Amino acid sequence: MLEQLSWKVGGQQGEGVESTGETFAVALNRRGYYVYSFRHFSSRIKGGHSNDKVRVSLRRFRAAADYTDVLLAFDQESIDVNVGEMRPGGIIIADAKFQPTAPDHVRLFPVPLTKIAEECGSAIMKNMVSLGASACVLGLPVDIFNEVVEERFRRKGQKIVDQNIEAIRRGFEHMKELGGADPEFALKPADGQRRLFMSGNDALALGALAAGARVMAAYPITPASDIMEYLIKKMPKVGGVVVQTEDEIAAMTMTIGAAYGGARAFTATSGPGLSLMMEAIGLAGMTETPVVIVDTQRGGPSTGLPTKQEQSDLLAALFGTHGEIPKIVLCPATTEDCFTVMADAFNLAEQYQCPVIVMSDLQLSLSKQTTDHLKLDDISIDRGYVLSEADLQAHTTPQGFKRYEFTESGISPRVFPGTKGGLHHVTGVEHVETGRPNETSPNRKVMMEKRMRKLQSVELPNSVVSTGDEDADLVVIGIGSNVGAIEEAREQLAAEGYKVGHAHVHALFPFPTKSLQAAIAKAKQVLVVENNYTGQLRHLMSFFGVQHPNVSSLVKYDGRPFLPVEIYNHCKGLM
Amino acid sequence: MATVKDFRNDIRPNWCPGCGDFSVQASIQRALAALGKEPHEVAVISGIGCSGRISGYINTYGFHGVHGRALPTAQGVKLANRHLTVIASGGDGDGFGIGLNHFMHAVRRNMDITYIVMDNQIYGLTKGQHSPTSAHGFKAKTTPAGNIENALVPVQIALAAGVSFLAQGFSSDVNQLVRLIEEGIRHKGFSFINVFSPCVTYNKINTYDWYREHVYNLDEVPDYDPTDYNQAMKVIAESHGLCTGVIYKDVNRPAYEDQIPGYKEEPIAFQDIALQEDVFAEAIREFA
Repeated sequence: MLEQLSWKVGGQQGEGVESTGETFAVALNRRGYYVYSFRHFSSRIKGGHSNDKVRVSLRRFRAAADYTDVLLAFDQESIDVNVGEMRPGGIIIADAKFQPTAPDHVRLFPVPLTKIAEECGSAIMKNMVSLGASACVLGLPVDIFNEVVEERFRRKGQKIVDQNIEAIRRGFEHMKELGGADPEFALKPADGQRRLFMSGNDALALGALAAGARVMAAYPITPASDIMEYLIKKMPKVGGVVVQTEDEIAAMTMTIGAAYGGARAFTATSGPGLSLMMEAIGLAGMTETPVVIVDTQRGGPSTGLPTKQEQSDLLAALFGTHGEIPKIVLCPATTEDCFTVMADAFNLAEQYQCPVIVMSDLQLSLSKQTTDHLKLDDISIDRGYVLSEADLQAHTTPQGFKRYEFTESGISPRVFPGTKGGLHHVTGVEHVETGRPNETSPNRKVMMEKRMRKLQSVELPNSVVSTGDEDADLVVIGIGSNVGAIEEAREQLAAEGYKVGHAHVHALFPFPTKSLQAAIAKAKQVLVVENNYTGQLRHLMSFFGVQHPNVSSLVKYDGRPFLPVEIYNHCKGLM
Repeated sequence: MATVKDFRNDIRPNWCPGCGDFSVQASIQRALAALGKEPHEVAVISGIGCSGRISGYINTYGFHGVHGRALPTAQGVKLANRHLTVIASGGDGDGFGIGLNHFMHAVRRNMDITYIVMDNQIYGLTKGQHSPTSAHGFKAKTTPAGNIENALVPVQIALAAGVSFLAQGFSSDVNQLVRLIEEGIRHKGFSFINVFSPCVTYNKINTYDWYREHVYNLDEVPDYDPTDYNQAMKVIAESHGLCTGVIYKDVNRPAYEDQIPGYKEEPIAFQDIALQEDVFAEAIREFA
């Protein structure tokens, strides 16, 4: 019996690959399995190979498996492209229609998916037939998908639901007749607990809603668009609004306008959009306007690899704007983090009155995965130093209200426009305490220092999360969605007796120099794992003064996420 | 009730003596007072350029942002607080050069804000380069042999993009300009007022006298009907974009804010933003 399974469905983009994968994943998640799915797709609507790889397990993994046990293939290309990663004896269920062929190390089951689907009512139900065949192989009950299918097709009427369920049953029966039910592939039963199943984008969007975001301005871009699409559905329930702007510059400046206006406002984008927003992010820093920007990183530069994994915006997020501003850069690693990071981002933005960039990456943003129960109680809202009309009496000076009042912390009182008694000017030009423009050197110096002071010597809590051996010989440092692959490699090495630690970076600015230094203090070696060419995180470590005599990099920039085995092999080579 | 004086502050504008922008500033102040607005109920959002400084010279809430982006910033302010009177403002380079994209989309979106452009057909603050509204043949620092590009006609573009209130004024005719701004602010939807505001330092062609000679004042056309779209298009073409007065208005088009599903009358800025437990629970169920 299997304690974990790696299952994959492949076909041409647009022929139901994604919905097949999702139906499979949701159904198993509801049975209490831990499920992690990863989509391989291209930047086109129809055509081109795409696949959905789903890992099912009795314990949590946050990465796709290194191999595939069972492959559903809707075309020969899906076999050719994916058979290399199939384990010996693995099972391929392929549509008999295209007379599939496969190498000898796997077992190929041609099933007349299209023909059976046509007999059930329509050829498009071939994915249902394939799901039924899968259930048979894995020793799952034939009705395991019924609930999901009913939810999905209820709107289309009972007849459609019944046809789909029948297609599943026929696929199951056919596979059984072919002798496909193999005890070796039977999945061990799970605990039956119903956990959540969501992507990082889902969690970021829900997190934004819970954090009180009420204005979102954004321009569609892969892999960020889900966030605005989700919130467009939800905002009417809370009186908020999502504007699809004409470009990312408008998205950023509209966000700034709304934040200045008193809303919790944010935008979400990917690398190309982040590049366009840079000037305005500088404006937010200069005017001390609290805004949140989500950057779901993808392969750059330029259009680059728009549907592939990369973590190459780290330096851009930190240093992209011209001039110097205080800003905060947060890096969630899991879906659970994605939910809470938005409240952190808004709270920090308003406490420190500066832009906050939340760095996700494609793998984290798009991979749907089993997620622990999210609680609204975990969200708190702190709007920072904001004055009401009543508070303002104590703050009136002969020069008027001092929006940029010099304080020890550098944080000045904020007033929302519309508040009586709080009139002030805001400008991206250097200014005095009242906000009026002033380009003199003495003022520039103190005002620059006031702004930069806000984050000086701040190290955010939980900026580094460490696991593994306290006195590890090797500490692996990672960021973002690589948490899963690194953790898996570390666990395997630990099981083999190696002393390995893992320090995951959750904030890039203020850079957690102290915490990282502590995490690697006892290590003989440090390995920095990241999805980019130049080793940006490693450069940041040395830029911000993290010291260690033996630091090396493991980078991957081919558009694919790390597999656990790649990190495992590399670490083993170092030990 | 606030008077014109309440909309003035003690900052001396850094505009050249004789600049058309002084009249625009005074007209906005007079219009706001005439409309019975209080200074704290108004936000002036401006772009970059000589005219972009205007948000600092009017005693209201003011935000002076980045070049060309006054309109998206102003729309953001309006979304956060729909009770504010939001005025976006800037010059022809800011609005029709770097910011033209936003202009057409702001027109199309039709939020209830007012956009006032001080159009002097030149880049003044950067010392005399041609602008998107400079005429063909116009000589400037960047067109020493004469402009080989054609001028853009702002009111024509606005009308083509579907503007719901369109007017054009001239700095020399303050009484008309005050009326246009008043009517623009009262209009429920996006109002655009292009103002010929001469640059006395760098534009020696399009001077006060030149405009006096060339503008075509619709106030003096007895049967001009600003609700007639075709007539508006025609008059813009026939006057080569130099007509002044209310050119077009469509009072039946709903403003953006009035169409946002679930958007409340109470401004977002002053709402309780804690998420209701039942809304959260419903959202969570979708992922279970």
